[in-house]
Amino acid sequence: MDGAPAEPKLEALKADLAKESRRLKLNFDELKSGGFIKQTQKDLFTVRLRCPGGKVTSRQLAKAADLADRYGKGEVHITVRQSVEIPYVHYQHFDTIAQELRSVDWSVASCGPRVRVPTACGGCRYNPNGLMDTQALCQEVDKRFFGTPTGHHKFKVSFSGCPIDCFRTREMDLGFQGVLEPKLDEDLCNGCGLCVKACEEGALKLENGLPVRDLSKCNYCGDCVKVCPVDAMVAHRKGWLARAGGRHGKHPLFAYEVVKFISDDQVYALLERTLAWYKEKGQGRERIGATIARLGLEVYQAEVTRSLGLETVETAQERRKFWAGGNLYV
Amino acid sequence: MSSQTQLDLRGILCPMNWVHTKLRLEELAPGELLEVVLDDGEPMRNVPRSLKAEGHRILEVNPEGEGHYRLLIRRGAD
Ligand code: SF4
Ligand code: SF4
Ligand code: SF4
Repeated sequence: MDGAPAEPKLEALKADLAKESRRLKLNFDELKSGGFIKQTQKDLFTVRLRCPGGKVTSRQLAKAADLADRYGKGEVHITVRQSVEIPYVHYQHFDTIAQELRSVDWSVASCGPRVRVPTACGGCRYNPNGLMDTQALCQEVDKRFFGTPTGHHKFKVSFSGCPIDCFRTREMDLGFQGVLEPKLDEDLCNGCGLCVKACEEGALKLENGLPVRDLSKCNYCGDCVKVCPVDAMVAHRKGWLARAGGRHGKHPLFAYEVVKFISDDQVYALLERTLAWYKEKGQGRERIGATIARLGLEVYQAEVTRSLGLETVETAQERRKFWAGGNLYV
Repeated sequence: MSSQTQLDLRGILCPMNWVHTKLRLEELAPGELLEVVLDDGEPMRNVPRSLKAEGHRILEVNPEGEGHYRLLIRRGAD
């Protein structure tokens, strides 16, 4: 589209849409969350469907195919954030599509300066590395926070079941990753050393026939627990590690580890307070990573995580073990 | 030990070393013993964990020169 004349065109389109919507009794609340994304082609939109954690039923998938056949071009786009999109939809079909989606308990996704649909890996339900139930929490977070306006910019959340972090919690405004703290029962341990071999962080070594853990290296992956043949190494506790202030895009930022071993309920509380803090402290269209950078991580920690009484990750030194370094992120 | 209850998996990469182990264990009755020789590194990281996940019991882990280990395994119940 060419720059200057675009505005009146957009206005005309909006007016047109408003008129059309009155005629079609379009539910504007449904549209407000976003989910209908304007395309290059006149009057055509991409319909982004709400797929928290990338989980959809086969019935919903069949419906997406059917809608793409009838109102699009017989194709869908699988997005990088686990959504299914139907491109090339004329806006006069919005209402019909919304109705059809409701018939399979479905709706369009959120866009714009709002909490986006959260993403998640399979987690511990069927992935052998998973430590926490990412899918269950992702569905619940979507239910509670879907489309919440931030007042500034988009807000992305993801869930990874373990420190392998397939769902890139470091790139999220707020990301949650499963963690496990191991504990040794010295009486049961036979000194076989399998846990030492299993630990990819080099955090364990045998001393006087018993494995000793170096906390400055342990990333809470739980591999030592998963291998121990006599259950001498067990899970002392499990929970979520949270990272805040990450983003991708033109100027990527790696998120900071802010709290560890928090429960599902504490995840909801952290989301709520973080969103309130961002709404109040954010400026213009900045992402929360920029707000944190401007005010200082210390301010976020004091006003959000510590005020909730969560177990915080306090020092750069403690964060160091979660990075590999690299050219830019020093 | 008979050849049926010994498996030399030196030089066999993951996950094929696990597949061999699994197939051999399936030929045994619950409670019977199997000895496998594994290379250090990835095999020692992965195979013991898979054994545990499928309910078998590692009774002994013995280092043997030149970077490999001899594991004594008791087949678990089905
Ligand atoms: S993050 Fe961990 S649990 Fe989730 S898919 Fe990756 S390896 Fe599996
Ligand atoms: S939890 Fe992971 S990193 Fe920590 S000691 Fe165990 S294997 Fe090593
Ligand atoms: S794997 Fe278990 S038994 Fe073997 S050294 Fe580690 S804690 Fe002890």
